[in-house]
Amino acid sequence: MSKMIKVGMADLKLCISPDSITTLGLGSCVGIALRDPKTGVGGLAHIMLPDSTKIRNNANVAKFADTGIMELIKQMEKAGAVKSRIVAKIAGGAQMFAFQNKSDMAGIGQRNVECTKLKLKELRIPILAEDTGLNYGRTVEFYPENGDFIIKSVGKPIKKI
Amino acid sequence: MPKVDLDNMDNIYFDVLKELGNIGAGNATTSLSQMLQIKVDMKVPKVELLNFHEVGEAMGGEELVMAGIYLLVEGDITGSMMFLLQKKSAGVLVSRLMGMPVSDEDNFSEMEISALKEIGNIITGSYLNALSSLTNLKIFPSIPDLCIDMAGAILSVPAIEFGIMGDKILLIETAFTDDSELNGYFILIPDLQSYDKILGALGM
Repeated sequence: MSKMIKVGMADLKLCISPDSITTLGLGSCVGIALRDPKTGVGGLAHIMLPDSTKIRNNANVAKFADTGIMELIKQMEKAGAVKSRIVAKIAGGAQMFAFQNKSDMAGIGQRNVECTKLKLKELRIPILAEDTGLNYGRTVEFYPENGDFIIKSVGKPIKKI
Repeated sequence: MPKVDLDNMDNIYFDVLKELGNIGAGNATTSLSQMLQIKVDMKVPKVELLNFHEVGEAMGGEELVMAGIYLLVEGDITGSMMFLLQKKSAGVLVSRLMGMPVSDEDNFSEMEISALKEIGNIITGSYLNALSSLTNLKIFPSIPDLCIDMAGAILSVPAIEFGIMGDKILLIETAFTDDSELNGYFILIPDLQSYDKILGALGM
């Protein structure tokens, strides 16, 4: 029986096919789904902040785009994934309120997305699809078996990317 | 080095923040009752220091649709504040204020949105007023902004601000009842220096 694994905010988990993995209500945070298509080893990270090096209190690696991606890949490799085969899909990074213009919060969603892309590029992990930005929340479900990334939002049709 | 560390919160500090939450929420409830001309009973607010992954759950699930009112705070303390309530409760409050039922539960009209913003303005304003008069600190709130979406998505905003400081979020849950039960949540997000100022102003 396959089950659905739940990932919380500032959290990441491994998911091996045929199981699936979900995180609920992504706002300015970014959901990063990784998968090795050959082995069906995947995982999902729900990161909150772009860069661990900018924050003193950075013990929780799952909180940041840079360290979160590294940690998830490490766990996937332990489970049999090969880094050169890993592909990514990302969602989230919305701006929930119009005026988040305080200096350290300005465009945090967008910066989360940018930093995620930068880190993935650095690691040569291709981004196959993304649904990012705008101003609404997203619940995502990821199926490492076939790479389907389902996105649900309030008052909008379900999207598959 | 700031005195307050949210991840290893001292009991005394936590009690003080709790008490501030109680007083603020009490003041906000009184204003609400006056504005809507109804008798509102309030239960003792619950103040909790939660891990990020626990907040959504504490509010009844990350996917629950809620109305979030968010504003920035300037003056002697800086930071931001959020007031959240379930969309259903928001509809009840709006219909009370406007004296007629909400036209469409799923899509508030512009007028209703504006009314909801005003409710948020008054609730958060009176909360901050209580805090200000208690501490003698100047607190200037910005005009609030409103967002209706999944609890998790709205919460990502204050969570990220707390995330810059640590791994916990301070949540104040307040329940008021008239005919139906209305639940509201306050999240006050002063930066760490402001926590020190608040405690300092109270002689801690």
